[in-house]
Amino acid sequence: MTNKIYQYLLFIGDNTMILGHRLSELCGHGPSLETDIALTNISLDLFGQTRNYFQLAATLSKEDKTEDDIAFLRMEHEYRNVLLVEQPNRDFAYVIGRQFLYDCYHFLLLHELVNSNDEHIAAIAQKSLKEVTYHLDFSSEWIKRLGAGTDESHEKMQNAINYLYPYTGELPEETPIELEMKELGIGADLPAMKTDYYNRVHEVLKEATLDIPETNWFQSGGKKGVHSEHMGYILTQLQYMQRAYPNMSW
Amino acid sequence: MSAIARNPTINDILKGISDPEIPVLSIMDMGIVREIIENGKKLTISITPTYSGCPAMDTIRDDIKKALAEAGFEATVKLVLTPAWTTDWITENGRKELAAYGIAPPLDPAADKKALLHEKRIVKCPHCGSINTTLVSQFGSTACKALFKCEDCLEPFDYFKCL
Repeated sequence: MTNKIYQYLLFIGDNTMILGHRLSELCGHGPSLETDIALTNISLDLFGQTRNYFQLAATLSKEDKTEDDIAFLRMEHEYRNVLLVEQPNRDFAYVIGRQFLYDCYHFLLLHELVNSNDEHIAAIAQKSLKEVTYHLDFSSEWIKRLGAGTDESHEKMQNAINYLYPYTGELPEETPIELEMKELGIGADLPAMKTDYYNRVHEVLKEATLDIPETNWFQSGGKKGVHSEHMGYILTQLQYMQRAYPNMSW
Repeated sequence: MSAIARNPTINDILKGISDPEIPVLSIMDMGIVREIIENGKKLTISITPTYSGCPAMDTIRDDIKKALAEAGFEATVKLVLTPAWTTDWITENGRKELAAYGIAPPLDPAADKKALLHEKRIVKCPHCGSINTTLVSQFGSTACKALFKCEDCLEPFDYFKCL
């Protein structure tokens, strides 16, 4: 049982970690000082949440793992994050689009997890939900500002949404572990969130004068450990210190 | 459960410790000390982070241990997540000190609910007192602050967001 909760925590913590890592790449490289600071602050929130999940996971681990082992010493196929969060920072519209599509899901997920039967998961969710409310507010505002901005910003925002939208299908997909956690009242009911998720996404896209992509084809695989080519590059950078200097700490 | 020690010396020591990112506020005024269990010279102190990723927590934990050790106490510092920290726990004195330092203190919760409902918040400029202010960015110099600009005195300032 504890092993299954451990596995479940990876589905949540790997998303916050990989998205946090993507945002951390923008530290000092944001398009303006304010957005640079905002995106790296969001990154910091996500890393803090990741630590909470992985510290909890470490207490459930059979092999005496530490939070660092969980974060840094797994192979690519052992990471459970969705493909959406590993997509690269092509330009600011992609950064905002990825953030918005994830924030919407993250917000709904945490809304469910605050009622988890597992008091530790519920506590982390309560803490995180307050932070993610601000993340969602930030990304929604930028979607609207870019979508309803100039012709160029509109076009770039639309391109980014068109590119990223097929990666959203994986968010409400339920793996056997997630199904079991839902039935035990520990995990969230992902399929039940789907309608609400798309309603919220579409509402903001409409307000931003953006077209809702018409697609029936969605890309998935991350939750099963089948990642895109970007994941290897992310891990190369993310894991470098622990691979080069095993067990090092600050 | 009490966040105030029976032994006034302990309270005085804790009041002397500040958040390194907001040096003007003591950890007692911040409301991050949640419980103090006294057992003679042995203390167990629970603290809670303002934000999940708050990088100041490790420093604060070490500062608490060190300051109390200097006064002969042996403190164990525990990190707790529930109930989640809220800006409502910043004391009245803390709010005054924030404003005097140039950071607009968090609004009362009812007023800030407007932000969650995407309505405009009325935040007072800590420099000139004007309410003619605009939000520049939802995130300021740290995750707990937003960046505002005063339209009257034209000064930028940090606002401590409600959480």
